[in-house]
Amino acid sequence: MLRLLVTCLKVEECCVNFLHFNLGLAKQIMTESAEYSIESSGRKLFDWKELWRYRELFYFFTWRDIKIKYKQTFLGFLWAILQPLMMMTIFTLFFGKALNIPSQNIPYPVYVFSGLMIWNLFSAGLTSASNSMVNNAQIIKKIYFPRLIIPVSSILVALFDFLMTFIVFAGVLIFYQQPVHWLAIVIWPLSVLLGIIATLGLGSWLAALNVKYRDFRYVIPFLVQVLFFLTPVIYPISLLKYPILQYLLVCSPMYAVVELFRYPITGVVPDLYFMIASLSAGLILLLVGIRYFKSTEDFFADFA
Amino acid sequence: MKPILEVQHIGKKYRIQHLAGGYLSLRERMSNAFKFQRDEVEDFWALNDVSFDVHPGESIGIIGRNGAGKSTLLKILSKITPPTTGRIVSRGRIASLLEVGTGFHPELTGRENIFFNGSLLGMKRKEIENKFDEIVDFSGVEKFLDTPLKHFSSGMQLRLAFAVAAFLEPEILIIDEVLAVGDAEFQRKCLGKMEDVSKSGRTILFVSHNLGAVSTLCKNSIMLQSGKIEFFGDSKSTINKYLAGDDATTNNGFIRLENHVGKKYPKKGIVEARLIRNGQRADVFYSMDKFLVELDFIDDKPIHDVVFGLVIKDSDQRPLIGINNWDLGIKLNKRPVTKGTLIFEIQHLPLYGDATYYIDLYFGDGGNNYDTILNAINFKIQPVDVFSNGKILSPKLNSVYPGEVNIRLND
Repeated sequence: MLRLLVTCLKVEECCVNFLHFNLGLAKQIMTESAEYSIESSGRKLFDWKELWRYRELFYFFTWRDIKIKYKQTFLGFLWAILQPLMMMTIFTLFFGKALNIPSQNIPYPVYVFSGLMIWNLFSAGLTSASNSMVNNAQIIKKIYFPRLIIPVSSILVALFDFLMTFIVFAGVLIFYQQPVHWLAIVIWPLSVLLGIIATLGLGSWLAALNVKYRDFRYVIPFLVQVLFFLTPVIYPISLLKYPILQYLLVCSPMYAVVELFRYPITGVVPDLYFMIASLSAGLILLLVGIRYFKSTEDFFADFA
Repeated sequence: MKPILEVQHIGKKYRIQHLAGGYLSLRERMSNAFKFQRDEVEDFWALNDVSFDVHPGESIGIIGRNGAGKSTLLKILSKITPPTTGRIVSRGRIASLLEVGTGFHPELTGRENIFFNGSLLGMKRKEIENKFDEIVDFSGVEKFLDTPLKHFSSGMQLRLAFAVAAFLEPEILIIDEVLAVGDAEFQRKCLGKMEDVSKSGRTILFVSHNLGAVSTLCKNSIMLQSGKIEFFGDSKSTINKYLAGDDATTNNGFIRLENHVGKKYPKKGIVEARLIRNGQRADVFYSMDKFLVELDFIDDKPIHDVVFGLVIKDSDQRPLIGINNWDLGIKLNKRPVTKGTLIFEIQHLPLYGDATYYIDLYFGDGGNNYDTILNAINFKIQPVDVFSNGKILSPKLNSVYPGEVNIRLND
């Protein structure tokens, strides 16, 4: 009984401490940058407080890029939808009809569209994130803000396009009368989130490398193309006869994302080890990518 | 009161490598790795042990020749690039205008650009919404607010850009060469706005080659030279110090001007200026001397209407004489020219003060200014007995020749 009381007291103390801590934080934020110093280096990997202070800039960069992307286009946002639709048609004709590639017991167009959709989030996000730092060099050289905002915002632009495509995806599902598991409500957002993580890791890494070595500008389209064929977007992984090839494929961070995204439609439960391998690849890439980005961030203005 | 900004022993080192195209390519990196002898890397200190304090409400000018380290200092202050050594303690929000209009996008409308640019400069969305009307008003482009920026004239773009920047409210404002462009009236407006800002108690760091603006805006100034603080004192002394340093380069009333500070076009403009006295190059004149300025100019395209202007200023940067052929209604060209020499003559130089005078030069085609050179060349005046009676007027009290003077007594 006594011991319980002591624990209770301790918990309370903790609460009070926590409250104090919070108050301190609030005070700090209120007198925003009351005193700070600029030194040679030593920035944190994630300066959440600073990112939070600049939160509006995420919005403005994304908003600007979306606006610019569809300015002076006749069809505007429709392009976000048309591209995957046309791709779906082409892949269906060549791979579904002509080559008769299996599609996990769902209509091939549904199979390929669902894959292409989430893949496009990755490929568009990766491409624009990788070039984003170089494209915004003029701004980087003149104004300070957390640089991470730039690649993140370009990925958010890709996310916007993804959401537009999603409407069409719903149409495709209805057209083919494809049943969807109710877990989709959880699984789809989760796989989108994982997709963004995969994109951000590789994207921020390439963005930083691109500032230093413009060679990467030419590497990126090639890399995206290779990854496309290494990810089960247009064919299921079971099609591969050699296990070693399968192992290679599951190291791609997008493998888990695509499989997870399709799970509510196909009902095919992905292999747990494959998933773990792919997800860890994504996480490692995120850590390496952001680390590299941060370590070179200070010198972007000198190199850009 | 604690200083709002403490700059402590700031140094910035750059590595000079001879890079093709200005950036590293992987191939170079790799080939360097296999070389037995490494490329020589030279260290270059753009700033070296710079320290100063700024107190709240102070306006400090920073002057110095190209490459003196001004821009590097501002970049460090605005956190764009970190210092190699030293540290800066800041007790207020810093906003920098290293160039107005940063982040302007030609495809976005004026309205959209105001929001994006404002946010980039550190304004909150609410803040921008509240000040939106004022910003538009100040810029004077309300008619084109929903037109893409690419259809704006460059003057309109500049006005819009400055308008956004003018409504920033940081405790410390860093301004670099904002006034280098824009027409005279807008420049005046900007200067006025900046004076308001400094009067409202905010701290300003102002970098400019426009010494007149520096001296009116800033009480104290810093002169940078080769990365070090050469002089820090009241603006007048600093500017004098800076201009005195120029004397060495304007030897004998002659200066090459192909690569002057702030040159706009590489292939147009004034290339050389000469001051002539009695058919000889000279940098000392006597009051009432015949004063001749010769200017060689070039242009990559033929100019139909050469317009040339000249302003003579005293050492406090106050203009005394300003003349251009446009105002006088004199057409200089007989036919379009791509080069030539302009000769400007003052029959009797009416300057009297025993001091150094500075000349600003302007060159253009009547519509556009191709070349503006502030303090291009200077000369000294020796007072003489202008009334030919052996008496010299006090040069302290007379800076210009008073002309015919009659003094009578009526009783």
